[in-house]
Amino acid sequence: MSISLPALSAQLLVGLINGSFYALLSLGLAVIFGMLNIINFAHGALYMMGAFCAYFLLNAFGLNYWFALILAPVMVGIFGMVLERTLLKWLTGLDHLYGLLLTFGIALIIQGLFQNYFGSSGLPYAIPDQLRGGVNLGFMFLPIYRGWVVVFSLVICLITWYLIERTQFGAYLRAATENPALVRAFGINVPRMITLTYGLGVGLAALAGVLSAPINQVRPLMGADLIIVVFAVVVIGGMGSIMGSIITGFALGIIEGLTKYFYPEASNTVVFVLMVLILLVKPTGLTGRAT
Amino acid sequence: MADVSVATPSRQDGGASGSEAVLQVRDLEAWYGESHVLHGISFDVKPGEVVTLLGRNGAGKTSTLKSVMGMIGRRTGSVRYEGHELIRMPSDRIARLGIAFCPEERGIFASLDVRENLMLPPTIRSGGLSLDQIFGLFPNLKERLGSQGTKLSGGEQQMLAIARILRTGARFLMLDEPTEGLAPVIIEQIGHTIARLKSEGFTILLVEQNFRFASTVADRFYIVEHGKIIDGFASSELQANMDKLHTYLGV
Repeated sequence: MSISLPALSAQLLVGLINGSFYALLSLGLAVIFGMLNIINFAHGALYMMGAFCAYFLLNAFGLNYWFALILAPVMVGIFGMVLERTLLKWLTGLDHLYGLLLTFGIALIIQGLFQNYFGSSGLPYAIPDQLRGGVNLGFMFLPIYRGWVVVFSLVICLITWYLIERTQFGAYLRAATENPALVRAFGINVPRMITLTYGLGVGLAALAGVLSAPINQVRPLMGADLIIVVFAVVVIGGMGSIMGSIITGFALGIIEGLTKYFYPEASNTVVFVLMVLILLVKPTGLTGRAT
Repeated sequence: MADVSVATPSRQDGGASGSEAVLQVRDLEAWYGESHVLHGISFDVKPGEVVTLLGRNGAGKTSTLKSVMGMIGRRTGSVRYEGHELIRMPSDRIARLGIAFCPEERGIFASLDVRENLMLPPTIRSGGLSLDQIFGLFPNLKERLGSQGTKLSGGEQQMLAIARILRTGARFLMLDEPTEGLAPVIIEQIGHTIARLKSEGFTILLVEQNFRFASTVADRFYIVEHGKIIDGFASSELQANMDKLHTYLGV
């Protein structure tokens, strides 16, 4: 079979874009799981809220994409911190199943409310003027906005990695993941750190939502569709590793893209097939630490 | 010299001798879930003293330290430190008053390297040891700063666990079995360290199974049994109390 370079690179780009969203979302899930020991099934709904935030900021307040990029993660992050303080904090010490039920229920309620008011069809969100158009790279045409999403996501992922692996706040976070009682006995307000960490993870989801708004439409169920794949990504990468989440996210996006080119029939299932294969060989995921 | 507060350690009145105590524990009871582990602990620690809690496994020594530190969910009675009542305080606020805890399992973090472990506890007041002073006490640590915390030997992990709380400026240290599982030469080094800290004015509450070690560093002893203090005496009264002690500890 002959390889068409433009078609292959186009699918690779789609893969990289999806990989950016997988990485941002699985990164947030990993951070939240490490600190709160909760598998945050509300993540997709919060991602969707990020996109809706961008939509409202533009249409109700005239604040453009660049404001949304900062304000939406902050607003949804604050919403997340309120959720944590009022609901999630009661999960401490309970079985994972309760966390699953609660966060899944929260996701259904949020998505249901948005569907009730906005229906299921998408609302348009225009690409910002500065990022319109594209460049011809010779072998392919690169829409500037898509290139921006990949680069910006990568930068945010690396900043998050640096924050967690190289700073004092990150050291508190990693230590509190291992032994919260002892970290608290050193004089660190661990409950406040837990709230901030949830806000950070949720903010990353909202940021992904803003990035996605001009590419996919702003829809109440946009997160519900995506989050299933993201959970497979997290399972493959192994919960709790920051760099593992980032690399697995991008890698699986690319693998999906390649599959779309070489064997399109399998493109929707390849991630799940990989998940099954990897779980058979390494039940803790690629980078997971056995506990 | 017999000490008045030592002679009647289990009395309930919290009387006059308590006024000079830096830590004053009265009728402390504590629960792990349904399990009632402390049944009315009362004792005092005075500024600059090294006080050791002795007792068999499961007597409630570790639970006493954790209750003072606020690390046990449900507790009643009174724990006063420098005039502050700690019984309802969360452990992060207790730490900020200047109490530091070194747990029995050492609590070295695997996902942090030695430097990060050492720098983890925040400085709560001035007057903590500088890094140079810490490396003077524990030269081994300096060479291992880049290693993963849990890759250190047991002795080095214990030194790291003590070193990191000396940085913070806390003046009241609670050490839970610092010699457990260590080689004699390292136990000796930890003994020297405790003596040095005492001479620099630190107050230390120690839990030990190793009675021989405790007898070399402590000013006073309390015997814990079934979640209560059943006896106490000063280091100078040790010889006179050896028979009783053998009975208590079953050694």
